[in-house]
Amino acid sequence: MSDKKPKKENEALDGALPEVKADPVARGLLANHGKIERNASLLLVLSLVVVTIGGIVEIAPLFWLENTIEKVEGVRPYSPLELAGRNIYVREGCYVCHSQMIRPFRDEVERYGHYSLAAESIYDHPFQWGSKRTGPDLARVGGRYSNEWHVQHMIEPRDVVPESIMPSYSFLADKELVVEDPAAHMVANRRVGVPYDDAMIENANADLAVQADPDGDWSGLLERYPKAVTGDFDGDPSRVTEMDALIAYLQMLGTLVDFSTETPQQAATTDDGEAS
Amino acid sequence: MSTENRDPHGREVDDVTGTETTGHEWDGIKELNTPMPRWWLWTFYATIVFGIVYTILYPAWPLVNTATSGLLNWSSRSDLSTAMAAQADANSGRIEAIKSKSIEEIAADEQLRPFAIAAGRAAFKVNCVQCHGAGAEGGEGYPNLNDDVWLWGGTLESIQTTLAHGIRYEQDDDTRISDMPAFGDGILDNEEIRDVAWYVRKLSAQEFDAEAAERGETIFVDNCSACHGDDGGGLDDLGAPALNDALWLYGGDHSQIVAQVRQPKHGVMPAWEERLGDTTVKQLTVYVHSLGGGE
Repeated sequence: MSDKKPKKENEALDGALPEVKADPVARGLLANHGKIERNASLLLVLSLVVVTIGGIVEIAPLFWLENTIEKVEGVRPYSPLELAGRNIYVREGCYVCHSQMIRPFRDEVERYGHYSLAAESIYDHPFQWGSKRTGPDLARVGGRYSNEWHVQHMIEPRDVVPESIMPSYSFLADKELVVEDPAAHMVANRRVGVPYDDAMIENANADLAVQADPDGDWSGLLERYPKAVTGDFDGDPSRVTEMDALIAYLQMLGTLVDFSTETPQQAATTDDGEAS
Repeated sequence: MSTENRDPHGREVDDVTGTETTGHEWDGIKELNTPMPRWWLWTFYATIVFGIVYTILYPAWPLVNTATSGLLNWSSRSDLSTAMAAQADANSGRIEAIKSKSIEEIAADEQLRPFAIAAGRAAFKVNCVQCHGAGAEGGEGYPNLNDDVWLWGGTLESIQTTLAHGIRYEQDDDTRISDMPAFGDGILDNEEIRDVAWYVRKLSAQEFDAEAAERGETIFVDNCSACHGDDGGGLDDLGAPALNDALWLYGGDHSQIVAQVRQPKHGVMPAWEERLGDTTVKQLTVYVHSLGGGE
């Protein structure tokens, strides 16, 4: 059968319908698809072309579409302690059960507060939107409970919410917070677009220590990170634990944008930006 | 090509299956040409048509810095505003009335009161039960709201203020603040703290050490009565709890009282007005006031 291998044009159309044989475009495709299928490199290059077109159409516009990069006042990078808390949040897999994404539905808005804006997670690398709500959404949990409540709830969730099925995270209160080099972490974030300035990076260690210090001087910290929640979080002012960091992070979630002054655009897309 | 059957169009037909082949042959193996069922094919075409219509009706095609908004001009955000507005409209008369009337007027209004209580109950279930419990029964550190003992007053006005501005909630400038000193930090020695705790046990009609309580009385008068009252009746204006009853926020055992005198725990309640709005706060106020202990 080796004599059959390189098919000639007329042979390629052997099985085709007569009307197909008459159509020059179909003739071209039918006659030549064998070339693509037999040539791995050509197949790879053409596949890449197809995928690239898909990528350009689906992904690239997100960088220019005004409603995906909606600007809002107040969003700032995480303070070093919040960043450390966020890392614990990621490490413990909180996102597996808790989303951080309030969708624009009445039931969600009435329960959790104003729907989330893309800009609110602009400095999240990676974002924590999550995809499953075994527990409630946490996008606006900041300020909703006292620090003490959070501590009790982490230690034994059923002490405060009897029907909760959340596991206990009591070990966080016993583990001293160890952040090898907070500045390096911030520099890494800066490389991917988080606007940490030099002052923030220089003061990383000091800011990390002072935020959970009930007697600390927070003026510098609050200037760099407005609305940061300060003071002892875990009920043990003598040291900074992972519990402190995690609660510092939780207490600022969703609190940065002031929705009494900020009105997000209503329609997904309008040329003049006016609500439809 | 050897001795194959041909169909009327001249296409080769496989001997065994009777199905025509595509004419492709790989090392002697021929590919059968089994077409898609028609229903499948037409469903497929229909989805293509649906897809095109969908992108015309709804926001879809990206342009330079906007996307086509679609003929229906739909957006999830305007959907939400419509849903919220419809809900507000359904109760507009009552919501307006709650907005414009004072809390006392609402509670006294036979029409508004049941509405406010129902709405307040719903808001309570969403926002308050995590600390105060599903039946408002409270817990250690979180007051029971069903009884007639109040830390910051149980009148409608007091409850409204507490709800609106919270307690020791630093982000609110009008929050309620009281700060019991840590008497263990050099104000009283351990002996004195133990004595005064026995006296508090006496005030609350629990078992006590008579001798120690006698010493503790002087200490109480000197250090505690300014806020908690001479008889331990508490003072709502300062959020100083009554010590002469059987209700305890952090426990009424001698050791628990000692711990609270030495290094007091201070509860924090968030301010809800900014988060929920004035109307919901008023509804919550009427609901909490109605639970049993409202003054």
